Amino acid sequence: MKIRLENVVKTFDTFRAVKGVSLDIESGELVALLGPSGSGKTTILRMVAGLEYADGGAIYFGDQDATDIPVRDRGVGFVFQHYALFPHMTVAQNIAFGMKVSKVKRDKAAIDARVADLLRLVRLDGLGDRFPAQISGGQRQRVALARALSVDPKVLLLDEPFGALDANVRHDLRRWLREIHSELGITTIFVTHDQEEALDLADRVVILKDGQIVRQGTPQQVCRDPQSAFVMKFLGDANVLSAEVRDGRAHAGGLSVDASGIPDGKAELYARPADLDWSAQAPGIAATISRVLDRPDSRRVLAVTETGEQLEFDVEPERQVSAGEGGFVTLRRGKVFAV
Amino acid sequence: MSAVSSHRKPPRVGDNTVFRRALIGIVLVLVAFVIVAPLIIIGVEAFSKGWAIYRDTILHPDTRHAIMLTVLAALIAVPVNTAFGIAAAWAITKFDFWGRRFLLVVIEIPFSVSPIVAGVAYLFVYGLQGLFGPVLDAYGIKILFAVPGIIIASMFVTAPFVVRELIPLMQAQGRDLEEASTSLGASGFRTFFSVTLPNVKWALLYGVILCNARVMGEFGAVSVVSGNIRGQTNTLPLHIELLYHDYQAAGAFASASILALIAVLTIIAKVALERQGAGRVRKTAIPAEKTA
Repeated sequence: MKIRLENVVKTFDTFRAVKGVSLDIESGELVALLGPSGSGKTTILRMVAGLEYADGGAIYFGDQDATDIPVRDRGVGFVFQHYALFPHMTVAQNIAFGMKVSKVKRDKAAIDARVADLLRLVRLDGLGDRFPAQISGGQRQRVALARALSVDPKVLLLDEPFGALDANVRHDLRRWLREIHSELGITTIFVTHDQEEALDLADRVVILKDGQIVRQGTPQQVCRDPQSAFVMKFLGDANVLSAEVRDGRAHAGGLSVDASGIPDGKAELYARPADLDWSAQAPGIAATISRVLDRPDSRRVLAVTETGEQLEFDVEPERQVSAGEGGFVTLRRGKVFAV
Repeated sequence: MSAVSSHRKPPRVGDNTVFRRALIGIVLVLVAFVIVAPLIIIGVEAFSKGWAIYRDTILHPDTRHAIMLTVLAALIAVPVNTAFGIAAAWAITKFDFWGRRFLLVVIEIPFSVSPIVAGVAYLFVYGLQGLFGPVLDAYGIKILFAVPGIIIASMFVTAPFVVRELIPLMQAQGRDLEEASTSLGASGFRTFFSVTLPNVKWALLYGVILCNARVMGEFGAVSVVSGNIRGQTNTLPLHIELLYHDYQAAGAFASASILALIAVLTIIAKVALERQGAGRVRKTAIPAEKTA
C-alpha cells in the first residue's frame, strides 16, 4: 500500500508538533522516521495510524483519502513502544484478539491456525499459553508484532520498537524485523531516535527536526551527503572547526578543503573522527594530544588545537601516540556548511 | 540473616527496643479502647436481655423496615455511583478536555464536606423553602423526608468512592491498551469490556464494597433529609439512634449488631480482594528490563 502525506499539520494546545510534512512512501518500502525527541516523529506515525487526527493536510492510503478514517477502520498494524500487550490475556489470546473483534467473522479453528502460524513467524512456538508478564522483553515485542500482523494490516507502524530493550536483544531483533519485512513485503514505517537503528534497518531514512523534514533518502544518500549541519551532527560524532571560505575553498588552521557552492565568508568545517588523522609534520592543524582512549578496533585521540578547539579522531590500533605529544591534525575529508 | 551479619549492621532508624515496645504498646492500647472494646460491647449488650429480646428487636416491623430501606438505598445508590465512577474515571484518565482537573476536585468534595452540611444543603435545594421545592411540590413530587431524599443524600456522600479507586490505576495503565485494542479493530464497547474492565476489576470491586459499606452506614446527611419517620423513612443507622433515645438500649445494640456484621463482612471481602488484587499485580506486573 502506497502512503502519501500532504502538508500534514498537528498542533497540541499551542505547540506545533508537526509543521507541514509531505512524504511519499512506496508500497513495500521500509521507512525510518528519525529525529531527536520533540521532532514530531511519533506524532506523524500516530496520525498515519489514526490515533491522532491531523489539524491540516491529508493522508492518502493508495488513492483513498484516509485522513478522517478512524483508527478502527484504517487497517493499520501498530506496535507500541511499551508493547501494550493485554496483561490479562495469554500470548495466544493477545494475538487472536484482532481476529475475534474483526467484522470479518472467522471460526475458532481458523483463528487458532492463524495464531499458530503467527507464533511460528515470530519464533515463539510453544509460548502461546504464557502471560505477557512471564516472557522476556524481546519476546513481548515479538508478540506485539504478531498481534499487529494478525489483522492483515495495509501498513505496519512501529513506535520506537526496540527502545526499551537492551543492546544485544535490540541488535538481533533488528535483523529479524528486516527478514520478516522481506518475507511479507508489507509497507512499514518505524520511528526511532537511534541513528544506527534507522541506517541499519530502513530502505529510506526521513530525518525530522522541529516538526519538519530536513533530509530524506537512502542510508547511503543521507550519510554521504547530509546537506545540513544538523543532519551531519545528528547522524554521528563530528568535529566542528571554524573556517573561512574564499573562492570555493574553506581554510581552517593549516587545512584547506573544497567548498564549492558555499559563499565566501565564515563557515564551519565538519569532520567525523575517522575523517581526521595525526601526523608529526605540517601541513595540518597544530595540536597537542590530551588523552588517548583505547577501543577494540581503534584508538580514539582527544587533542586540543592552539586556539583551544577540542578535536576527536581515530587512529589505527597499532599507532603509537600518547598524551602530551604535539603534532598536526590532518584531514582526509570533510563537509563545509555556511554559518 | 546470620548472627554474624546482623552484628555488623548499623542500627536502623528507630530500631531501639524501648522505643519500639513503647510505640507498639501505645498502638495496642488505642486499638483496644477505641476499636475493639466498642465492638465487644455491641455484641454483649445486644444479647444482654437474652436471645428472645434480640430476635424480637430484629423481627420488629420497624427494624425490618429500616433494614429494607437501608438495603434499598444501597441497591440504588451503589450501582448508580459505580456507573458514575467508571464514567468519571474513564473521562478523566482517557480523555484530554478543558476542566479535567477541576472535575476531579469537584468529585472529591463529598470526602471533605461534613455529611451533615450536605444534608442541610439538600434542604435548601429541595426543601419547601428551597430552590426547587415549590416547583416539585406543585407537581406533587416529594424528595425530602421521603425515600428519594435518602437515596440522593447517600449517593452524594459516596460519590467519590469508586472514582478514587479507579483513577490512580487507570492513570498508571495509560491509554496504550485501549489504543492497541482500537487499532486492532475493536469497538469502544468491546474495548471497554474486553480490555479496560478486566484490568481494573479488582480496584472496581474494592471501590464498590467501600461504597456499599458507607451507604449502609451513612448517618449525618441522611438524618437531615429523611425526617426520621419510624417505619417510613428510617434507615438502620437512624433506627439505632431512635431506639437508643427511647431507652431501648438492648434493641439499639441488637440493630447495631447488624451494621457491625455488615462491617465485618465488608472487611473480610476487602482483605480477600486485596489478596486477589495483589496476586494479580504480582502475576501481571511487567518486571523492569534491567532487573530481568
